[in-house]
Amino acid sequence: MTRPKAIVLHAAGTNRDPDACVALGLAGADPEIVHVNQLRSGERRLSDYRMLVIPGGFSYADALGAGRILALDLASYFADQVAEFVASGRPVIGVCNGFQALVKAGILPGDSAGDRSAAGDGTGGRRRATLARNENGRFECRRSTLLAPPSACVWTGGLPGPLACPIAHGEGRFVVDSDATLERLRDEGQIALVYGRDDGSAAGGVPADGEYPANPNGSVADIAGICNPAGNALGLMPHPENNVVVRGRDGEARRERTLACLALWKNGVDYAKEL
Amino acid sequence: MEVTTDVYRFIVRPKERPGGRNRHDACPLAADARALGLSSVRAIERAALYFVRGTMAPKELSLLGRFLFSDPLVEDCSWSRVGDDGPGGGAARGDGRDASRRIGARLVETALRPGVTDPVADEAMRAAAELGVAGVEAVASGEAFFVEGDGLGDDELASLAERLLCNGVIQRWAVGAIVPAWPDEAAGSGAVERFDLAGMDDEALLALSAERRAALDLAEMTAIRGYYRREGRACTDAEFETIAQTWSEHCVHKTFKARIEVRAGGEAGAPYPPVVDNVLKSYIKRATDEIAAPWVLSAFVDNAGIVEFDDGYELSFKVETHNHPSAVEPFGGANTGVGGVIRDVMGVSARPIAATDVLCFGPPDASPEDLPAGSPHPRRVASGVIAGVQDYGNKMGVPTVNGGIHYDPGYAANPLVYCGCAGIAPRGGHPRAQAAGDRVVALGGRTGRDGLRGATFSSMVMDSSTGELSGASVQIGAPIVQKKLSEALLAARDAGLYTAVTDCGAGGLSSAVGEMAFELGADVDLARAPLKYPGLAPWEIWLSEAQERMVVAVPPAKMDELRAVCSGLDVELTDLGCFTGDGRLVVRYGGAVVIDLDCGFLHSGPPQRALVATPPSGSRPAASRPTARAAGPAPSIAEALLAILAHPAVRSRESTVRLYDHEVQGATVLGPYAGLRADGPQDAAVLKPRESTGSRAVALSNGFNQRYGAADPYRMAVSALDEAVRNAAAVGADPDRVAVLDNFCLGDPTIPETMWTLLEAARGCYDAATAHRTPFVSGKDSFNNAYLAPDGRRVSVPPSLLISAIGIVPDDSVVPGSDLKAPGDRLYLVGSAEPSFGGSVYADLYGVPDGADPGVPAASPAAPATYRALHRAIAAGLVRACHDLSDGGSAAAVAEMCLGGRLGARFRLPGPPETALFGEANGRLVVEVEPKDAAEFERTMDGAPYMRIGAVEATGELRLEADGVEATVSLDDLCAAYRGERSER
Repeated sequence: MTRPKAIVLHAAGTNRDPDACVALGLAGADPEIVHVNQLRSGERRLSDYRMLVIPGGFSYADALGAGRILALDLASYFADQVAEFVASGRPVIGVCNGFQALVKAGILPGDSAGDRSAAGDGTGGRRRATLARNENGRFECRRSTLLAPPSACVWTGGLPGPLACPIAHGEGRFVVDSDATLERLRDEGQIALVYGRDDGSAAGGVPADGEYPANPNGSVADIAGICNPAGNALGLMPHPENNVVVRGRDGEARRERTLACLALWKNGVDYAKEL
Repeated sequence: MEVTTDVYRFIVRPKERPGGRNRHDACPLAADARALGLSSVRAIERAALYFVRGTMAPKELSLLGRFLFSDPLVEDCSWSRVGDDGPGGGAARGDGRDASRRIGARLVETALRPGVTDPVADEAMRAAAELGVAGVEAVASGEAFFVEGDGLGDDELASLAERLLCNGVIQRWAVGAIVPAWPDEAAGSGAVERFDLAGMDDEALLALSAERRAALDLAEMTAIRGYYRREGRACTDAEFETIAQTWSEHCVHKTFKARIEVRAGGEAGAPYPPVVDNVLKSYIKRATDEIAAPWVLSAFVDNAGIVEFDDGYELSFKVETHNHPSAVEPFGGANTGVGGVIRDVMGVSARPIAATDVLCFGPPDASPEDLPAGSPHPRRVASGVIAGVQDYGNKMGVPTVNGGIHYDPGYAANPLVYCGCAGIAPRGGHPRAQAAGDRVVALGGRTGRDGLRGATFSSMVMDSSTGELSGASVQIGAPIVQKKLSEALLAARDAGLYTAVTDCGAGGLSSAVGEMAFELGADVDLARAPLKYPGLAPWEIWLSEAQERMVVAVPPAKMDELRAVCSGLDVELTDLGCFTGDGRLVVRYGGAVVIDLDCGFLHSGPPQRALVATPPSGSRPAASRPTARAAGPAPSIAEALLAILAHPAVRSRESTVRLYDHEVQGATVLGPYAGLRADGPQDAAVLKPRESTGSRAVALSNGFNQRYGAADPYRMAVSALDEAVRNAAAVGADPDRVAVLDNFCLGDPTIPETMWTLLEAARGCYDAATAHRTPFVSGKDSFNNAYLAPDGRRVSVPPSLLISAIGIVPDDSVVPGSDLKAPGDRLYLVGSAEPSFGGSVYADLYGVPDGADPGVPAASPAAPATYRALHRAIAAGLVRACHDLSDGGSAAAVAEMCLGGRLGARFRLPGPPETALFGEANGRLVVEVEPKDAAEFERTMDGAPYMRIGAVEATGELRLEADGVEATVSLDDLCAAYRGERSER
């Protein structure tokens, strides 16, 4: 099977696009960084790719809130293309700023009731979730441990254990509008990743239970990443693309956590291959 | 629908969060207000303000408010038409909701001054159009503060606004609703002033220099007069400003290149000839020349020093200071300091891979009365500077991986902000081949009045009016503009579209175009330069230090391709003119010639300055003299260790470091903190750039100690260099592949003692660099780091020298880190030197112990051999952890290793307890070795001094021993002290 082509979307201020390319390359994909201008001009078409990656950074300087203007791009310029891409079941991942954009564009959490279609007017519809300023009000960069509970997500299924990777964000607190929304996310298997405490074991530890710094931003239910009900689109705040290379100085536990990050990317790539 | 233009005011506030955590934690502003003495302030809530001018239907206003400006899940947005609202109310009622939910809260609002870059407003304009709201003409942003407290009068609010909420240099404030200001259509004014310089007498020359804040002395002004007498014509304002900038201390390093008469007798004067002609040549460059390392590819020539990485790639490294701008506007100063040094690396055609920052502030707990009049509180300076560093590095996607924070009363009015950047580029990929006929092309941001005369401003002593007068010197960064610019430049480099490149730093286009046209000459038209707002005179366009701009020389045949690259990335490109080949710098504004200078005259530089160096007479200033032990019982060993760990020079900087993204680019092998809980401080950062295909990595480190500088500048320099190299060696860098950078920050160079300090420090640099065989590849000097208080008191910074090191780590898989790894491992002390107490942390707390050496640590002659032997051991994989001994001595170093690995240890050092455990010396490190590797380690170290001192233990405590004493400190206490959770001394 040839390497599936992955589009890595770049807007002014995107900065972890090369990092995502490293991870995608190691995971067996053929990544290409594509500027939103190239999509707008028709020089590139979303439908020519088998994976969509919206990487981290500070798109448009995070003016007016993290990811908000990139969300506007997604919801106004590319609404149909993106909707079609997601609906086709091809794997989509938004990391950090990309996650913020997917949520603010109404693409995640997304549901069958047409939450996303309401986003087509550029207003994000009546969003049920958002990513707000961290509980402590600060940008923070630190190592996090991620656990993958059973979910519908094609990216996080069957991971060998917990992931260890950095977070680096100021607006990563996952917030929902109601308990009912949280229940629905649970019922639909949309909670793909939660912050945990690493106990060093292979099984990997327990959820952070809201405790800082294991839960670094105050996210409800320790949620670090969510997927759409179909499971092909994942958004997450931490950066698994920044821990895909095993370093010689790493101990065994660290090595396993690194390989788990790489496994997440491989899941997405393998899924794209099978489509 | 109405056709008149209206202004709408949107206010966005976080929603109340029932059951949320204590909101006062999330708003440190109130605590800061109380620290400033405004004790009645209970809480301050911050809200965002947007003003929109245009013609919008109600549905469109709703779209802007609910989607663009706010996130309805967590924020409330209300809006109203300006004018519908009672003045000073702040209770915007546009959608019927009462925004004043804080009963009794008073409102203070701030907005940017006209002409200050407002990137949020720019993005909002674009986004409004994208949303289909076509009637938006202009957007402006601001902030609102709801202040709660008992009996807050207008005086208190004014004081709060001026001292905490608003920076008068870039912002305006109002109690109640603020009136927005709008930029107008941008076009230059074309106004040119001319002076009859040739006919001026000496007095008039000096008056002109002062009036235009040129910082030129009489000899320099006389040289300029001579030029105009020869040319037989008047001087234009643009020409004068160009000369002042080109000849500024900042740009030509007059002090470093001065002829220094040494007036010192006896022992002090012995190391010096009667006249030192050019410190830079005599000491710094001389070291580089004598070492003659073949892997140094560019030293002191380009915007950054360049060394070989491997056969395919080269590394560049530059460190700059941005002290005066940061004193006036901490956020903007530090922000553009980072932006500027990143551009230096872009200016050698490299991809920025790491940022570093060493920051020096006044004591955070200084009481307002102790501060020099007119200077903001160190807390405010620190938080602004740190936020500025964070903003630029994070948004550029450059990891901030190494640095330091130092506190000293001498920095209260004059903080030091050292910003560094490292980059990587293909070998030989940086062209320096501009030719006559090539276009002079400006890329990136637009030009405004930002930072006018920054080069000359930074060359003056500041006083209490500096903030006001130099408002125009403040520069505001737009990191995303530079991110795009960097992407465009790398694409242009790879496609071979330019023949030369340089950044617009101090002096703006004047300096960038002037330098590039140094031999060829150029002819450019400033009327083509895109402006931020109207009314700029040609000289202002030419000298503006507006950020995020680079100049490239482009062969005409490549212009179309470069235009395509830039338009694809939304980078603005301006063809200003061309390189001519006639050796004249000709600058026009439309039809009028505003500059026509001989490049030879301009770049021959000012006449060499003549300065005098004299050792300080009598005793050193009281603050810098090691104090005798304070009366009272000596502290116990455990007590002293905990106090040292909690000392501002040692304690954890994690809460600051975590604000910086140190992981972006995925290259960070060893970050600022590592270990079991990622909180053990590391000696240096190790990065493996994605260009590295093998096992090769880069180490970045630094050495700095202003307490040493105050006591003995020569030994400060020796120690700073040793520390930088030691730190690099500790993480596995090959000591034979370490290059260093020098950054001096001193006071007024016309004071002979300042020049003596410079001589001493420069000589220390030479001696240490040649001993370690570490060439200098770049450096910078910053003088006039002094503040003249209204009472006539002159406060200079302590003599400060930052040595930054960049080293090659041949194998990233053996980088040890400082955290202990396993119980049972052996601990060794490598290196040998006699510890002393001058400038030590222990002496700062308790004075110099009886009978101990009160001097600043001297050079360790064994250090170079020690580091080389240690490197062999690390390269052979024999070292599990390694940490350098610096501030606080051996006990602090081992304590940090323990807390990094959350493991206990015991160690014993011979000698008097204070000296053995807390004395400071150069050339020493502690190393952890697995017992099975011990014999091999000792064989490898053969010939270099080492000593087995103890072992790692599974206990939760550190046991320390020296002659006649033994002490035990629990790991929990070490951690708490180091985190600053133990405040008593």
